[in-house]
Amino acid sequence: MAPQPKPTLRSLLLLAPLAAGLLAGCSPIEPWVKPYEREHLADPIMSFERDPVSGAYLDHVHESREGARGATGNVGGGCGCN
Amino acid sequence: MKAPKGCGPAIHKAQRPQLGALYAAAAALVGTAAKGGVLPDDRADLLYHSYSGGGVTINGTSLLVRKKVGDHVSLVGNWYTDSVSGASIDVVTQASPYKEKRSQGSLGVDLLLGKATYSAGYINGSEPDFRSRTAYASVSEDLFGDLTTITFGASRGWDKIGERGAPDFKATADRRNWSVGLSQVLTRNLLASLAVETSESEGYLQNPYRQARYLSGDPRGYSYEKEAYPHTRTGNAFAARAKYYLRWRAALDGNYRYYRDTWGIVAHTAELGYTLPAFHRWVFDAHARYYRQKQASFYADLFPYQGSQNFLARDRELAAFKELGLGFGASWELRPRHRGLLQKATFNLRYDNLRFKYDDFRDLRVQGAAAGTEPLYTLKANVLQLYVSAWF
Repeated sequence: MAPQPKPTLRSLLLLAPLAAGLLAGCSPIEPWVKPYEREHLADPIMSFERDPVSGAYLDHVHESREGARGATGNVGGGCGCN
Repeated sequence: MKAPKGCGPAIHKAQRPQLGALYAAAAALVGTAAKGGVLPDDRADLLYHSYSGGGVTINGTSLLVRKKVGDHVSLVGNWYTDSVSGASIDVVTQASPYKEKRSQGSLGVDLLLGKATYSAGYINGSEPDFRSRTAYASVSEDLFGDLTTITFGASRGWDKIGERGAPDFKATADRRNWSVGLSQVLTRNLLASLAVETSESEGYLQNPYRQARYLSGDPRGYSYEKEAYPHTRTGNAFAARAKYYLRWRAALDGNYRYYRDTWGIVAHTAELGYTLPAFHRWVFDAHARYYRQKQASFYADLFPYQGSQNFLARDRELAAFKELGLGFGASWELRPRHRGLLQKATFNLRYDNLRFKYDDFRDLRVQGAAAGTEPLYTLKANVLQLYVSAWF
């Protein structure tokens, strides 16, 4: 029997959007933090990227001197700030 | 990159262009600013930056402008420059002091449709003997009552590497990145995010100027040979981050990242930050960052003889080391009495002190020590940022 290829992280990443779409379409989850309870989360000091130009520069300072890279946290906030 | 000058066999540049990292950071800057179902604010940022450490000074500017067009489109542009001068330990021991200028421009667009934001952009950077182009795209969507934001991103880069003094030398490298991010509102005071990113590089991944050293009959006890890197590299990074709102209006944030790649590098990064608004118009920040990594499997400070391995490296970036960074920031907000074009502005200062301690990278500037017994190298660096941000 031919060996089965192992799933790689890359293939899992490619499948992730499909999984997210399925979750979004069939999950009637009630928000446990109501929009009117998000005052603190909407405060600018709670932003993961309060100063994008400064954060990007510091990422550059670190990545150009270190072996590691990626996943630096620039994935945003699911805050209902709008 | 620098032009070699002087004479003798060791006149190679030892400062590899690190624009790949710069472009990755820039992609983050212009590519992930939009989050799910809201477009980012219209703003402009002008940054002066200065890095000084290990005999090298790097300073320059970065200008970022972001502007909405209608209700569904936001455009962003960034122009970054820096100027490198001085002589790092690599230059002192293998090459000659130099100066060079680097620049990078990028353009991006974010399109908001419902709860989803689609982003794409292009980044172009150049040095005298290095050029890089990067294209990226991502999509973010708010889910579950806007408590969750999920982001998928991909980028592709193309590098062209040259070498001063060797006009016939031309090499290329391709880069591919895929990322997934999840940001979650956990409580009315707590945000958390997870990020996974895998990166692949293929082609000429080394610095044409850097060299490995090996034991020899030379009077100093060692000689140099060209480095040889593998032509492929795959890395995976996983990061978790949380930010908590404290009841006296302050924020505490923590961040951890794990990284591992096919070159044998394993790295851990931990960060802790505290943000405190005070005196009505001021915001103060304090940050601490700890980083450590294991060396690449083909790295050695001193190889036993010439050509002892098929892959050879003596780059500090691939050595085992520990790094501690401490940073402080202050921001003052200007609120115009009559808001016309300018909604608000901030004047910002940030200072970081970095300390590197290498486990197996020796300071060859020390004379008289037998090869392989020189003291281990340490590096202290100061990073200063002054920037103005304006919302309009």
